[in-house]
Parts: sequence; C-alpha cells; structure tokens
Amino acid sequence: MIEQNLILILVLLPFLAAIAAATLPVNSHGAAAWVSGLSLAGGLVILITLYPQVSEDEVVRSLVRWLPILSINLNFRMDGFAWMFTFIVLSIGILVVIYARFYLAKTDPVPRFYSFLMAFTGAMVGMLLSGNILMLVVFWELTSIMSFLLIGYWHQSQSARDGARMALIVTAGGGVALTVAMLVLGQIVGGYDLDLVLRSGEIIRNHALYPLVLVLFLIGAFTKSAQFPFHFWLPGAMAAPTPVSAYLHSATMVKMGVFLLIRFQPSLGATDLWFWLVGGIGMLTFTLGAVIALFRHDLKGMLAYSTISHLGLITALAGMGSEAAIIAAIFHIVNHAAFKASLFMTAGIIDHETGTRDLRKLSGLRKALPVTFVLTVIASAAMAGVPLLNGFISKEMFLAETIASHGGNILDNALPWIAAFASVFSVAYSLRLVMEVFFGPEAQNLPNEHVHEPKHWMRFPVELLVAVCVIIGVLPWLADPILNVAGRAVLGPDMAVARVAIWHGFNTPLMISLFALAAGTALWVTARGRINAGPEGPPVLYRIRAQKVYEWLLLRLTWVWPRALHRLFGTERLQTQLRLLVVLGICAAAVAIWGGLAPAEKRIGNDLNPAFAIMWLVGGACAIGAAWQAKYHRFAALVLLGGAGLITCVTFAWFSAPDLAVTQLVVEIVTTVLLLLGLRWLPKRREEIAGDDLLIAKARRGRDLIIAAIGGGGLAALAWVVMTRPLVPNIGDWFLRNAYYEGGGTNTVNVILVDFRAFDTYGEITVLAIVGLTVYALLRRFRPGSESISAPEQQQGYAADRLENFILIPSVIMRWMFPVTLVIAAYLFLRGHDLPGGGFSAGVTVAIGLLLQYIGSNVRWIEARIIILPIRWMGIGLLIATATGIGAWLFGYPFLTAHARYLDIPLIGKVPMATAMLFDLGVFLAVVGATVLLLIAIAHQSLRAARLRELEEEKAEEKATKQKGAA
Amino acid sequence: MEIVLSAAIGVFAGSGIWLLLRPRTFQVIVGLILLSYAVNIFIFSMGRLTIGKPAIMPKGGWVNAAEYADPLPQALVLTAIVISFATTALFLVVMIASKGLTGTDHVDGREPYRSGETK
Repeated sequence: MIEQNLILILVLLPFLAAIAAATLPVNSHGAAAWVSGLSLAGGLVILITLYPQVSEDEVVRSLVRWLPILSINLNFRMDGFAWMFTFIVLSIGILVVIYARFYLAKTDPVPRFYSFLMAFTGAMVGMLLSGNILMLVVFWELTSIMSFLLIGYWHQSQSARDGARMALIVTAGGGVALTVAMLVLGQIVGGYDLDLVLRSGEIIRNHALYPLVLVLFLIGAFTKSAQFPFHFWLPGAMAAPTPVSAYLHSATMVKMGVFLLIRFQPSLGATDLWFWLVGGIGMLTFTLGAVIALFRHDLKGMLAYSTISHLGLITALAGMGSEAAIIAAIFHIVNHAAFKASLFMTAGIIDHETGTRDLRKLSGLRKALPVTFVLTVIASAAMAGVPLLNGFISKEMFLAETIASHGGNILDNALPWIAAFASVFSVAYSLRLVMEVFFGPEAQNLPNEHVHEPKHWMRFPVELLVAVCVIIGVLPWLADPILNVAGRAVLGPDMAVARVAIWHGFNTPLMISLFALAAGTALWVTARGRINAGPEGPPVLYRIRAQKVYEWLLLRLTWVWPRALHRLFGTERLQTQLRLLVVLGICAAAVAIWGGLAPAEKRIGNDLNPAFAIMWLVGGACAIGAAWQAKYHRFAALVLLGGAGLITCVTFAWFSAPDLAVTQLVVEIVTTVLLLLGLRWLPKRREEIAGDDLLIAKARRGRDLIIAAIGGGGLAALAWVVMTRPLVPNIGDWFLRNAYYEGGGTNTVNVILVDFRAFDTYGEITVLAIVGLTVYALLRRFRPGSESISAPEQQQGYAADRLENFILIPSVIMRWMFPVTLVIAAYLFLRGHDLPGGGFSAGVTVAIGLLLQYIGSNVRWIEARIIILPIRWMGIGLLIATATGIGAWLFGYPFLTAHARYLDIPLIGKVPMATAMLFDLGVFLAVVGATVLLLIAIAHQSLRAARLRELEEEKAEEKATKQKGAA
Repeated sequence: MEIVLSAAIGVFAGSGIWLLLRPRTFQVIVGLILLSYAVNIFIFSMGRLTIGKPAIMPKGGWVNAAEYADPLPQALVLTAIVISFATTALFLVVMIASKGLTGTDHVDGREPYRSGETK
C-alpha cells in the first residue's frame, strides 16, 4: 500500500513543483530553483527507498480506478528498467536545475522556465512508469508539448519559434502514429495493460496487422529519438536554452524512443522485419549523424548530430535484439546521458563566457578555462570511446555485438564495417571539438573580451557527471547490479547474468576501437583545413537537407495546397454557405423520413377553436411581414417580430405550458430591447440598395423563396403527421410520477430543470455566462461607424435640457415600477418549484427592471444611483450552482443530486426547502448577471458615441482657435 | 388545432429560412429568431397538444400521467429558449461590431456592387 502511494507521489511531485514554480514572482531565481531541485531530490529519495523491492525483480504497482469499463485506469508500474531510467531523469534533472540557476540571465522570466521543466519531468516520469499503453501515449505527447514550450522559451527569437514548431510537428506527428499503433495493439491483445501486451509477443507477431503496427510504432519511436529521416528536428531544437538541450535533447526525452524500442523488443521484436527496420535505420542514423557532426561549425549543432548518431547506435542495438545487445543498449543509454549532458553543459559554459558557439572563431581557450578544458577533454574522450572511460566500455559491447551473428543476412554481415566507418568519424569530431576550442592560438575578437571560469556551482554538475564517466570507465563492475536488474525487467528473469569488464583480451572489437582512434585522428589532421573552410555540413550532402524537405512540405501542406483547394471548392460568401447548409439539411431530413411520412390511421386531435385560428392568422402575417420588411424597414420588422413572439407565447399558454409562456414573454421583451439598442448602429437606409432591382437579384430571391417554401412546408407536414399520432408512453410519464416524491416539487417542468436534468441547466447557464463575457469583450474594443457618431436625427435641433425631459412621464413611471418588478421577480422565483416560474424567468425579470431604468433615464444618471456589478452576479451565481452540485459529493451522491424536504417555519407554515432551490438561486444570479451584462454592454455604446462626439467637437474647436491664432 | 399550428410552424420556418439566406445582417438575425420560434414550437408540439392540463402535480397520491401535458418537451424548449436568446445576443453584437469594422451591414463585410457601376 505504501509503495502505491509512493509511486503516485513520485509522478505527482514534479507537477506540483511546476504549479508552485509558476506562481513565484518573475525574478525569483533562487526560490524557483530550490523548489524544483528539492522536489526532484524528494523524488530521488522515494526512488531509492523503492530500490530494495525493485532489485528483487518485483514490479511495484499503483492502480487508481478511473474508467474500468474501458480498461482505462491510472495504472503505474515500476520495474528495474523503469527504475533505472527514472533515476537518470531525476538525477540529471537536479544537475540541470543547479546549472540553469547560474546559466539563465537575470532578466529571463524564470518561473516559466522551471515550471515547464518540472512539468516535463513529471510527464517523463509518468511515461516511464505508465502501466497502460494509452496512458503512456498521453504522457508521451505531454513531453512533446513541454519540449515545444521549452525550446520556444526565448520566444522573441525567430529560430527558437521555428525550432519549437518543427520539434512539435515532428514529434507530435510521430505521437499520433504511436497512438494508432497502441490502439491497434490493444485490439490485437484484447486490452491496454502494458503487462498484457508484453506477455503477448507470440499473438502480436503472428497477427496479420503486425507490419502495420510495427511501422506506426517505429514512426513514433524514431521521431522522438531523432532517427533518420526524422532526425532534422533535433538540431533545430538547439535554439533552446542549454540546460534544456542538456536535459531534454541529450539525456532524457530523446531517449524515450529507444526506451520504447527496448521495452517492446520482447513483444514486437525478434522478426526479420524488426531487424531490418530497426537495425538498418539505427546503423544508417549512427553513420549519418557521425559524418554530419564532423562538419558542423556550431558547437551545439555538432553535439546535436553526435546525439543523433549515438541514438542511432542504441537503436541499432535494440534492432539486433540479443540479450547482450539489449544490455549494451541499456548501458549506453546511461553512459551517453552522462557524457553528453556534461558536454552540453560545457558548451553552454563556453557560449556563456565567450559569447559564441562557432568552432571556427573559438580557439586556445585552455588557458582561460583550465578546469572546463580538462572536463571537456574527458567527456569528449568518453564520447570518442577512449579506453578507461565509460563510453569505451559500452562501445566495445556494441562492437562485439555487431560482429556476433544475427541470422547472417547482408545487413548482418555489413554491421562491423559500418560500425568501424562511423566510429572513425566519432573519433574525428570529438577530436575536432577539443582541438578547435582549447588549442591553437588564443582567440581574438570574441564577443566577450574577458573570458574566465564560471561560478563554481555552474561547473559542479559537469564535474559530477565527468566523475561518473571516469568511475564507470575504471570500475565498470559497479554498474553490474543495476544493469542486471534493468536487463531482467526487459528480458525476463531467465536472463544470463551480465558482467561488464574493461579487458576482454586483444579481440576484434578492441582492434576496431584502436583502428577508429588512429584513423579518426588521421582524418581530422588531414581534413582540418578543408572542414573549417567548408560549408555547414558534409560536402555534397549539405545540399540535400531533410529540414529543407520538411519546410517545403510544411509550406505546401499548410498553405499552398489548402489555398488551392479553397479556391477550387470554397466560398467566402456567407449566403452561399448558408444556402448549402439549408439545402443539405432539407435533403438529409427528406432522406431520413422518406416513405415514413404517412398520416396515422387513427388520428388524435383537438377541435379547432376559431379564436386560435384567427390569432395565428395574425401570427403568420407578422412573420411574413417581418420577412418582407427586414431589409428596408427594420423598425417595422422588429415590431412585427415582437408580434410573432407574443403569439408564440400565447400558444404555449394555450397548450398547458405556463412555464414556457412566462419565459418566452420575458425573453421576448429582452430580445426586442436588445435589437432596438442595436438598430442605432446600423447604416441608414433611405434609398434602394444598388443592384437590388437587377434581374439576377430577383432570380436569387425567387430561388431562395422556393427553398424556404420547401423547408417550411416540409416542417409543417412533419409537425402535422407527428402531432396527430397518438402519444406513446415515454419517460415524460416517469417525470410526472416522480416529480413530487423524488424532486419535492409539484411543477414537473421546473423539477426536471433544477433536479432531474440539473446538469443540462448547469451547462446552459454556463453558456449564458460565456456569451455575456464574449459580448462584453467584443464591445470593449468596438468603435462605431463614423455616420453613427452624430446624435440621432430625432434628437437634433433640441437643446440638451429639452432632451433631458424627453420622456419624462414614462421615465417616472418606469422608475416607480422598479420595486414592483423586483417583487414580481421574487414571486416568480419563490413559487418556481411548485408553480410556473423559477430562477430563469425571475432573473430575466430583474434584468428587465434594470433595463427599464436605462431606457427611461440618462445612462449616467442611472449609474450614479445604482451600482450593478453584473460580472460578480454572474460569477457568484455560477459558484452557488457549482457548490450546490459539489455539496452532493459530501453525502456520497453524484454531482448535482438534489435533496428536498418541507420545513415548518412559524407563522408562514410549511415551506418547500430543496437544495434544488439553492441551485435555482445560482441560476437566477447567473441569469441576472449575464443578461444585464449584455444589455449594459450594448447600452453603453451610446455613451461611447457621445464621448467620441465630444472629442470631435473639442478637436474642431482647437483647430478653430489655432486658425484664429495663425490669422 | 393541429392543422393550424403545423401551418404556423411552416410559415415561421419558411419566413425564417428565407431571411436566413438574405444578404443583410439584420435580415439574418430576424430570420434566426423566427426560425428558433418555429423550431421551439415544433419541439414543443412533439409532446402533442393538450389544453388545460399543465404538468403541475398534486402533493402525493398516485399520478395518472395521461391527465397531464408531457413535461419533457417543455423542459427541452425552456432550455432552447434560453440558448436561442444567448445566440441572438451574441449575433447582434457581432453584427454591430462587423458594421463598425467594415462600414457595411452586408453579411460578407463588403458591398457586392458599388453604387454607380451596377447598371
């Protein structure tokens, strides 16, 4: 049990640190670093306490049930391999935090940096410990996103933005492929549990979809681990701050791909296809990376290609797939993390101190940076594979594995030769790095004049990592226990015990190593001048850059082709779009009900009431009139629209829907007022619009009339057929029977809204609040059209004091009506649960009351007297509704479960008190807030117009006085 | 009654659709409102038309569901009224802002014909 919690804490801790770091002030360098470092150290402590269990080959698990039906749970598991990887992530994380503390400039906003870094660590740990392959994909994608944010940390630089975007597109694209692979894999083995997948190797390999799964899986792994042809994003990612490069792009994130390859090797590997794809691509990347690295002039670019090359080496080992190869791969992951992270950090120090990363400019720094010099030499030697250092040992294991037989095909036979060729280049670029930077004449014209050693703490992480390189290099058996635990976790408990040793005798791998050292040195000595004079990349090859292909493709995919398609099929005209939509809708409805639209044999119906028919004659006339007049006579159309709305409202009342009638009535009022306020900002329309009487315009109107007639006729026919059919018993009956017993209210419609289906209502008030805020935001930046600024025609020609009293009597009445409106609102609200009414209609009523004040009086006069804070009303309403919903949790019920009872209050008697009432109060407040916010935002535009008008008058006056002065 | 109400739904929906396809923003907004009336009445009518039997229950006792109007379409329409109000308000503001930005009330933000070049 305690281990369970420990694992959960281990995953959550970095995320908590991310939140904590994000809340710190912008310049709190020390605090942010301490928070991050301590949380990582805490994680490390947890990890170490778990080691005894893990070392006994026990898998420590933690399961939080989430969606058991879909076999999706928060399922974490830690075996030896995951333990080792997590250890690397956390320990290098601490070193990176220490390094970053001194690397980042005083002006960099550090909370953002540490917050992203910690969130990345959390995602990484989550990915490593995922016991469910879908969860694994989620964390996998999260690391891509965090990597994007970290590469783009200095977002003011174009290269950072481009690099970040490229990294995101490539790795997240690979993540999509991986997601599909995992989904298919889950279908094949019948579950998404990692253990299940790892056990089902036979089933997977014999399945017809195996090649598809494998290719998609490899795309995911290869994009993340920067394997050819997806390698180009990694050099682009070097625009990131160096701590990020050291952490994400050498030690941890890019290793996720090879982590996955090794983890899934037992279930997906051991086939020819695997060997050719993984081994082949790995060797190709290993070679290509090493060759290109030699020719890069940018220090970090060289290290990036070297990382690509080493990742290729690990991938190739995973492709070979034998026990010794997997052990070598795991070992090289550790070793590479140690020497490459330290090299990146020294590159950062050099860049930090000299101001440049160009190998052609740097020279002779060994005097100025003596300690860094020694550290770099050791780390580079480890990278080159010099004996008595850690890189040498895992590289020997790799070379031994290339010589061993893996089925004896062409690729297998070529492995040692390719390895030897690439190793030569590895030695050459390592040598070039050291020689160009630290030897030769002392550099002149560096951007920073006084080059000196950095603060000791900035160098400390490098020293520690280099010490690890040396210790493992001299005493490799120290790594034995961890390597065996990790190896057994991947390969199973039957794995032969692996022993790492420095000396295996004068065998072929040693010969290859010595040859590579000699040939590499010779290569650098002879080609040195030409490399420095040459372009940024190997001869010939530098012309074909994968990045160019990517950019070409990206431009086509996101811009050129969509534009062409849009020109071909698209239209920017709203009318065409709407017409298509309506016609499609009519067609879809027609197809759906084709043949089923027959009137029922036994029809039901109510006898016709002539009054109703006459009322609807008026209603129909109103609708048609509104349609006819909406273009040239907006006000008339608005009046007619109001008529249509009122008749709708009466219809609801007529057919036993009092709640609808009340709501429709108040909404109708508010809508009409809103539109009235809006009319002011539309252009004047006196004369006919140009082209309105052309034949083509008439033809268009004719066609639309036909569409409208078909649509309306179809809906009418459908309505009639359904209405005359007898009603089948439905869930409405259940609501009727249970409204009182379960919901404690007699008004079933209201009980449905605030109790049975309260979640819908909750969503609905949220929508309303969002609309309110959107309107508010949209109108904040609004500038009315120039012709709307001047005072309305009706007001012109009157003095200001006359205007004040323009509608004096109505405004007095409206003012007196305000309390009455409030009482009506309270009445509607309180009776809501048992009789027609409720929070919504009460809310809109209050809004109407306020609105009347705005209509009746001057806006400034009103706002001097009533303080309305609609956003607060809205927020409090939403909070009350949410709190009521959450309150149900306290009693162990689902969200928004209501409780109802009658309370006996002295003098008043029995009063229904349901928590639904509280919820309704939330609805009421939110509705008042949102509606008032809408109305005020629009009403205030007239104030703004008045202000603009005043400004213009002032300007004109100023101009006049100036002209006078000039004259 | 049924025939009158279905015809009414048809007229509202037809007027609404016709206005929806018009080129001026105010026409479109009026069309949307009319269409929402039509759709609301249509949904409401799916519970059949009952006169004088609102869904207000007695306090206790057995309930004969056939004696009351169907409450479910009413609850749905109540939500629909609110949402159509919200969309209308939003569209109105977009209309105002688009007028302020483009100087025209055409739905595409520009006049199809400039005056003078038409004939």
